[in-house]
Amino acid sequence: MHELSIVQSIVEIAEEQVRQAGARQVDSIELDIGQLAGIEWSSLDFAWEAAVRHTVLQNADRLVRRVPGKAKCLECQKEFNIGALYDACPHCQAHFHQILSGQELRVCALTVS
Amino acid sequence: MCSTCGCSQPAGAVKIHKVNLNELHVAADHTAHHHGFGTAHTHEHHNEHHHHHSGEKTVIQLEQDILGKNNLLAERNRGYFEAKHIAAFNLVSSPGSGKTALLERTLGDLKDQMPFFVIEGDQQTNNDAERIAATGAPVVQINTGKGCHLDAEMIRQATKELNPVDHAVVFIENVGNLVCPALFDLGESARVVIISVTEGDDKPLKYPDMFHSSQLCIINKIDLLPYVPFDVEKVKANARKVSHITEFIELSAYTGQGMQQWYEWLQKQQQHTDH
Repeated sequence: MHELSIVQSIVEIAEEQVRQAGARQVDSIELDIGQLAGIEWSSLDFAWEAAVRHTVLQNADRLVRRVPGKAKCLECQKEFNIGALYDACPHCQAHFHQILSGQELRVCALTVS
Repeated sequence: MCSTCGCSQPAGAVKIHKVNLNELHVAADHTAHHHGFGTAHTHEHHNEHHHHHSGEKTVIQLEQDILGKNNLLAERNRGYFEAKHIAAFNLVSSPGSGKTALLERTLGDLKDQMPFFVIEGDQQTNNDAERIAATGAPVVQINTGKGCHLDAEMIRQATKELNPVDHAVVFIENVGNLVCPALFDLGESARVVIISVTEGDDKPLKYPDMFHSSQLCIINKIDLLPYVPFDVEKVKANARKVSHITEFIELSAYTGQGMQQWYEWLQKQQQHTDH
């Protein structure tokens, strides 16, 4: 249930941005969360509800972009879509790969007022 | 909220204190408070200009890493360890895989060869720290309360309390949990995942993040192999699917079988700190 820590870090980032802008609240927040980032979506929803209460994010619309996993096979050098860390390369069946995307945990943008 | 982790923990619920052999069971005097959980509070700054007019909407393009703060603190810890030629190991596993037993045996066998310092992470109790203190090694216990993992800020505070010497080997025993600690860099030199043969050999596939982020995999309790349906080659093959850099050491912290290979790995890692 580390999703709670993740949401709390998002709240901290949002509080800081609202303070710097001299605003009162966040109207919307855009997040990039990778499919391979180790985040359980239902836990994130659950933690979100609990952790944003009485914060600047309480009434914010949350837009999550789920970044698909992409890897490069270190055997055949081809790029492929990877759904789980243990997936083999679909071209040569090797497990030696480098993750190119899908591990993002990022606050992209905020609209504050 | 989740029973493992909880959500309504107040600030200061994390407790960090040194456990001395002579003062076992005595309440901790040096309790440090941690600001990690349950509070998303702003600190007041009075010298800021407020440009915002009410009702106006502002779009802020940020692109900020959510774990950025933890990663930054982890790098500070890493720099501290490197400057002092300290090898720091983050030990992660399910509860009951034998992390503390492995440390007890290691500390007992090598105490004349390496200066050991230990940080113990558990939700509650000093039990593990007391076991470590009994070996004579300096140890700091972190009680995370309802928290399910250690983070870099806790390690920063615990390291201050521990005050390890130059060329020390620092063991950080994480909270027994194969999921949550995976995402939190502590500033360690290497992450060591421990699996025991009484667990399923498909664990690397069930918990890929932890195996993906570890540099060494210890397979513990191999003295029990005749009694359990655990396939050592299968667990290795599964771990290799997730991570191609993981090394394996098979041992029994109980009988001592295979410990020599672990000690050699530790010595090699310790020598690396001089480069």
